Amino acid sequence: MVPVTYYVALSAILFTIGALGVLVRRNPLVIFMSIELMLNAANLAFVVFARLYQNLDGQIFVFFVMTVSAAEVAVGLALIVAIFRSKHSINIDEMNSLKG
Amino acid sequence: MTVDLLLFFIIAISAVATALGMLLSRSAVYSAMFLVMNFGTIAVFYIMLNAPFIAMSQVSVYAGAIMVLFIFVIMLLGTELLPTTKALPWQRPLALVLAMMLAAEAIYLLFFRKATSGQVPQPVESFGSPQQVGQLLFSQYLLPFEITSILLLIAMVGAIVLTKKEKGGQ
Repeated sequence: MVPVTYYVALSAILFTIGALGVLVRRNPLVIFMSIELMLNAANLAFVVFARLYQNLDGQIFVFFVMTVSAAEVAVGLALIVAIFRSKHSINIDEMNSLKG
Repeated sequence: MTVDLLLFFIIAISAVATALGMLLSRSAVYSAMFLVMNFGTIAVFYIMLNAPFIAMSQVSVYAGAIMVLFIFVIMLLGTELLPTTKALPWQRPLALVLAMMLAAEAIYLLFFRKATSGQVPQPVESFGSPQQVGQLLFSQYLLPFEITSILLLIAMVGAIVLTKKEKGGQ
């Protein structure tokens, strides 16, 4: 049987890669994908602990996280399309109109 | 080394490799494809962990719906390859240092707090079956379930309102 530590370590590695993606990439679409990767890493930890403690609540939470991330992606991509319409660019460095 | 452990390592390496591929590829379409593969590998983990319902919704919701939306937007905007702008010189080293700190903290918590030690136990036969998940979802978690339906409705309306062209404008 696989120790729980291995699964949680994998989850931590995937989360770190996602955080690194948010920090270094310039394309807002790729930043969004990195956020999805972080959500998935958290989901993996949820499922592992659900199995460790023999409790289904973790799996239910994963279901809710998936729903919320679907809603988040729909609204976020709509925002990116709206920004592209008004500025004709989605470069993250040019989204500074709100800067004081 | 048991078969379980061998299988775990093969899938874990492919999961990390596809995540790194998403991070490092120049084109947004390649990033999206790598992420689809990553979701697939995580779905395999869910099956190994007695969560078939979650695995199926992972494939249909994440790999099926969300990533198709991503690829639609990438194609719609035609921005697979952004022109490379001048990056801030300290941004990448700083990001690497911060990521290392995050990983070190996670590993410290893992190996020195002993909160997560132990083997994954063999559960009872029906653990995590769609029937059990459904029963829990429609009894104990009925209110959050209904709230997510409202949340999805709000997201749908919001996406339509945000992308609609304004009447009378230009």
